[in-house]
Amino acid sequence: MSTTTILLVALSLAFVSFVMGRQKAYSIARSSGGVSKLHSLPGHYGLMVGLWCALPALAIIIGWKLFEGPIVSSMLDSSIPQAVHDLGEKPVDLYKNEINNLAASGNIAAEPDAAKQQAATRLNTLRSYSAVALFLLSIAVAIIGAALAYRKIKSNTRARPIVERIIEFFLLASASIAILTTVGIVFSVLFEALRFFSQVSVIEFVTGTKWSPQTAIRVDQAGSSGSFGAIPLFLGTLLISAIAMLVAVPFGLMSAIYLAEYASPRTRAIVKPLLEILAGIPTVVYGFFAALTVAPLIRNLGEHIGLSVSSESALAAGTVMGIMIIPFVSSLSDDVITAVPQAMRDGSSGLGATKSETVRKVVFPAALPGIVGGVLLAASRAIGETMIVVMAAGLAANLTINPLEAVTTVTVQIVTLLTGDQEFDSAKTLAAFALGLLLFITTLILNVIALRVVRKYREQYD
Amino acid sequence: MNDTHQDAFDKITGTVGDVTVDNPKMRLSNVDVFYGDKQAIFDVSLDIANNEVIAMIGPSGCGKSTFLRCLNRMNDTIPSCRVTGQMSLDGEDLYGADLDTVLLRARVGMVFQKPNPFAKSIYDNVAYGPRIHGLASNRAELDEIVIGSLQKAGLYEEVQDRLDAPGTSLSGGQQQRLCIARTIAVSPEVILMDEPCSALDPIATAKIEELIDELRQNYAIAIVTHSMQQAARVSQRTAYFHLGKLVEVGTTNQIFTNPSHELTENYITGRFG
Repeated sequence: MSTTTILLVALSLAFVSFVMGRQKAYSIARSSGGVSKLHSLPGHYGLMVGLWCALPALAIIIGWKLFEGPIVSSMLDSSIPQAVHDLGEKPVDLYKNEINNLAASGNIAAEPDAAKQQAATRLNTLRSYSAVALFLLSIAVAIIGAALAYRKIKSNTRARPIVERIIEFFLLASASIAILTTVGIVFSVLFEALRFFSQVSVIEFVTGTKWSPQTAIRVDQAGSSGSFGAIPLFLGTLLISAIAMLVAVPFGLMSAIYLAEYASPRTRAIVKPLLEILAGIPTVVYGFFAALTVAPLIRNLGEHIGLSVSSESALAAGTVMGIMIIPFVSSLSDDVITAVPQAMRDGSSGLGATKSETVRKVVFPAALPGIVGGVLLAASRAIGETMIVVMAAGLAANLTINPLEAVTTVTVQIVTLLTGDQEFDSAKTLAAFALGLLLFITTLILNVIALRVVRKYREQYD
Repeated sequence: MNDTHQDAFDKITGTVGDVTVDNPKMRLSNVDVFYGDKQAIFDVSLDIANNEVIAMIGPSGCGKSTFLRCLNRMNDTIPSCRVTGQMSLDGEDLYGADLDTVLLRARVGMVFQKPNPFAKSIYDNVAYGPRIHGLASNRAELDEIVIGSLQKAGLYEEVQDRLDAPGTSLSGGQQQRLCIARTIAVSPEVILMDEPCSALDPIATAKIEELIDELRQNYAIAIVTHSMQQAARVSQRTAYFHLGKLVEVGTTNQIFTNPSHELTENYITGRFG
């Protein structure tokens, strides 16, 4: 009796009670002279019965599943030999794991002894009892709930407010899940970051200019004790994002103005989706385009005019990233430019302004707050971008603002710190969480500013 | 078009009354306007005179706004719109090869139905036209134009201490006077008004009407209105449009007291429209 089956049965019961509830409402309506005599619509009565059937049963199922594991596990304690208990907590967990695996698949690495075999059988029995009990209990609750609600249906039952209240609760629950997830992410990053800051001081992290996260694995190992100055990383992020914005803002804005003001509807219908394809290309494809095409191109160009360009440069990564975020700028700007009322354009051309004067002096300033919002959102995207930088800008944490040199960014370092075999208690690995926290705060601030600006824009024309 | 429409349409065989004036500011003859395949204006001829307000009235969809928009070629901004006929400003062909619509619109200003101040300060709204046409060579001259225009539009008293406030912060009636000030600031010769009071309350309307009467001293004004009382109050001549045709033109007094055409009489007396 799997949980899925139980859920399906409960849901079909809910559907049946919905139909029955609606039917009863209709029959009451018929005998008392029409649907208008009822307090609510027949559908509301049906929903009320259906929800009364499904919700308590669902609550039972969820609660049961939450507590089933620990309870069954503690019931298993008696099956574990006293010898294992004497060894402490970890061997007990290990023993239980083996029993679990044995129960699930029938075999484990070592040859199972009789005690384990017996425990596994007992576990399976316990589980199937639990499933049957859950099935019976939830079905009973579903039927009782539906019956109670069904009996309550009278011509003056206020089903509509009840249904509305329950729907509101559902929506609230969905919204809370998104928010709780965000909070969870923040806290998980925050606690790991705090562990890092207990080993490396915040001051060193925020103001240090040398990034070299190698820490000794053995005490006597030659080499580094590690230095965790995040400034080169943030400078690298800033440099690459700035180059990306220098590419994306002018091109994005001008294509938005062309699309919104000059292009014929046909051109617009073709060009806009084409431009938005840019945002749909996977970043890893941009990455090798940057590494294999743009970076060598820039290096060759640089050599021709006598500049030394490293084969992985901030310029290559930034340019390609800029191309990637053009659609963010152009699409959002296009929307806000199109939202500027036609009356503004008429007013301007009615005064004898040319089209470009109208765009420059009336439409653009009116759309500016919205455009700024779009640009800031694109900037957060650029700051968070990783793949292109990994492939095209390198891993060297150089403290430089020369776009022709290799730099690295915060996100790239997080990836390199956390991939591969790592222990989760060294400063090296924990540094990734500190970087993540700092980056999160940075983009959060940018997003808050962007939202503020966009909101201000909304107020202007409503 | 249903039968009664077709009957009324056929009944209009030409314009009753004299469409011409001595010494016209603008002269339009045999104007046809098409939106795609649909004809919106049928063979309309009309003169616009200096120092006079001409009111264009008629039921919704009769073509009066379309006709007004021919006078400064605002119909150009609608891609499917086509205009034929002879139109001139001071004898100069409006659709001539050497006419620049930018200069035309500076000479023939327009005030729209809904107040449409730019998202700029009150000062910059009025200074917009003079700036793009280079009418002022320094800040003092620009100040003079802006303040003068606001005074002529009867708005200066109310806004003099907050010229930096956004134009959109004004009330509807003030916004519309701001738009009139903006139009006056480029010293046009003709002012077109497309139902300038339809979005305003009676008090704001009275102020605008008073203003229109004053502006008549210096400009030729053509106003489209849905309100017959307004036409009677502000205009000297009235043109009655119906189904894209110009039914009757005459002095406002004559149109409202003794209309010659049956359709005009029906409209004036409120039998339809």
